[in-house]
Amino acid sequence: MTDETRDATMSIWRGTKTGGRFETYTVPMVEGMVVLDVIHRIQALRAPDLAVRWNCKAGKCGSCSAEINGHARLLCMTRMNTFAPGEEITVSPMKTFPIIKDLVTDVSFNYEKAKEIPAFKPKPKEADGTRRMYQEDIDRVQEFHKCIECFLCQDTCHVIRDHEENKKAFAGPRFFVRLAALEMHPLDTNDRLELIRQKAGLGFCNITKCCTEVCPEDIHITDNAIIPLKERIVTEFYDPLAWVKRRVLSKGAQQPGPGEPEPPSAKA
Amino acid sequence: MATASGVRRIGDRVERKDLWWVEPLIYVVVLGGFVVYATWASLANGNYYADPYLSPFYSPCLAQNCVHPTLPLLGSWWNLSPAILIVGSPLAFRFTCYYYRRSYYRGFFRSPPACLVPDAPKTYSGETRFPFIIQNLHRYTLYIAVLVLVVLWWDAIEAFNFHGHFGIGLGTVIMVANVLLLTGYTLGCHSARYLVGGYLDSFHKASLRFRLWTYSNRLNVRHNRWAWASLVVVGLTDLYIRLVAMGVIVDPRWIS
Ligand code: SF4
Ligand code: SF4
Ligand code: FES
Ligand code: FES
Repeated sequence: MTDETRDATMSIWRGTKTGGRFETYTVPMVEGMVVLDVIHRIQALRAPDLAVRWNCKAGKCGSCSAEINGHARLLCMTRMNTFAPGEEITVSPMKTFPIIKDLVTDVSFNYEKAKEIPAFKPKPKEADGTRRMYQEDIDRVQEFHKCIECFLCQDTCHVIRDHEENKKAFAGPRFFVRLAALEMHPLDTNDRLELIRQKAGLGFCNITKCCTEVCPEDIHITDNAIIPLKERIVTEFYDPLAWVKRRVLSKGAQQPGPGEPEPPSAKA
Repeated sequence: MATASGVRRIGDRVERKDLWWVEPLIYVVVLGGFVVYATWASLANGNYYADPYLSPFYSPCLAQNCVHPTLPLLGSWWNLSPAILIVGSPLAFRFTCYYYRRSYYRGFFRSPPACLVPDAPKTYSGETRFPFIIQNLHRYTLYIAVLVLVVLWWDAIEAFNFHGHFGIGLGTVIMVANVLLLTGYTLGCHSARYLVGGYLDSFHKASLRFRLWTYSNRLNVRHNRWAWASLVVVGLTDLYIRLVAMGVIVDPRWIS
């Protein structure tokens, strides 16, 4: 059997922020290729100016995110043998972010959101000069640290994908993962609940789980990060019994920041 | 939906080639069908007791007029269906359940119908405003659901009691299966998992809460399956008892 067994046909979106269209390319392909390999072949043989972002080719740098046949995927982790022979494969850039060129998008929205999250602030050291964490506590947050920042979850989240106006008030699933990692951290002392409710807009998420479906690191974004955060927000702002309990123990409710509306439970 | 930043210049064409519309359609058919059946069965006010089986839609039965009262809190003046008094609590529990929310937001509200398929509604505020902000009270429906669950366990035990003699009929098996599925569904609830221990940042000095949280997590991983299985079986339990009460089928009994 020869190496060059069959052709791959790909319809790739070509253009810039002012507009563009899908172009179809056919190149020979060999056994074991992934979509990114085929795109590199198209660059080599048909379209040297085709723009695509990639680095590791191992599913670990999170650079090569795109939409393949309408699914948010890593180009380097999508094997060609998952498609029917001869099938025309559609590849387009992530649609939630502004396009720079072809398959490359401007993901700075995410970097701006990242800056809004207060950093880890550890507890004081214990008497012997160390800080201790226990395995069972670390196991829970470990999952969140697997994130490779591919932003596929951000791309797939309908809150910002279909409603551009929500971008201001919504951080997106990747940052709920980050916030959960910090909020559930046994040593962290920063309180980010008001931020999560208000600025990060957790309430916009309707837990439809598309972020979880696309995460290449298999992080249970909705079940393990978003919903537990929602439950913490309920206790802090919506649960009347929790509010009474706080009053009785007189710890007092969270004060809203300047310009932020009163939390609903404060009016109860 | 072309936007200022050029985000959707590629267009709203759905690039998915799979049968993405099948899943939301199933949600509409199954959830819609269940609501229709549950409403009809709760209003029927008859054929809900086939000695010793009591339909879960009529339990606890709180009126004196019940064929088989659990706790006759309401006098004989209540002559509407006794199911009306209680059927709201399991429905509220399921309506505010995180998993069902996902399913009906996809199926009925089409926001989104499927991943990377555009939302049907033009504007979207998620669960930040009325009415969906009420979803935040899901844990209260859980409290009531746990009480109802205790009653349903009692009913399942009663289903072994054939006029003072121990027995097992097909109805007994169905009622036990029903209450087991409801228990798996209820204890794997996301709010339950939070309340038994998930609220802690450190489990180190809370080994009981850690254990409870771990058990609840185990059920929670397949909360979707528990949700569907318990939904279908609770409907079938009512249907079975109804058919036996109507005399359409005879309950097979192995010991009695
Ligand atoms: S579950 Fe929430 S955050 Fe994740 S994609 Fe859906 S709406 Fe967005
Ligand atoms: S959470 Fe998953 S999908 Fe989202 S950025 Fe991280 S790795 Fe990518
Ligand atoms: S190239 Fe690094 S994840 Fe694909
Ligand atoms: S019952 Fe499903 S999350 Fe509570």
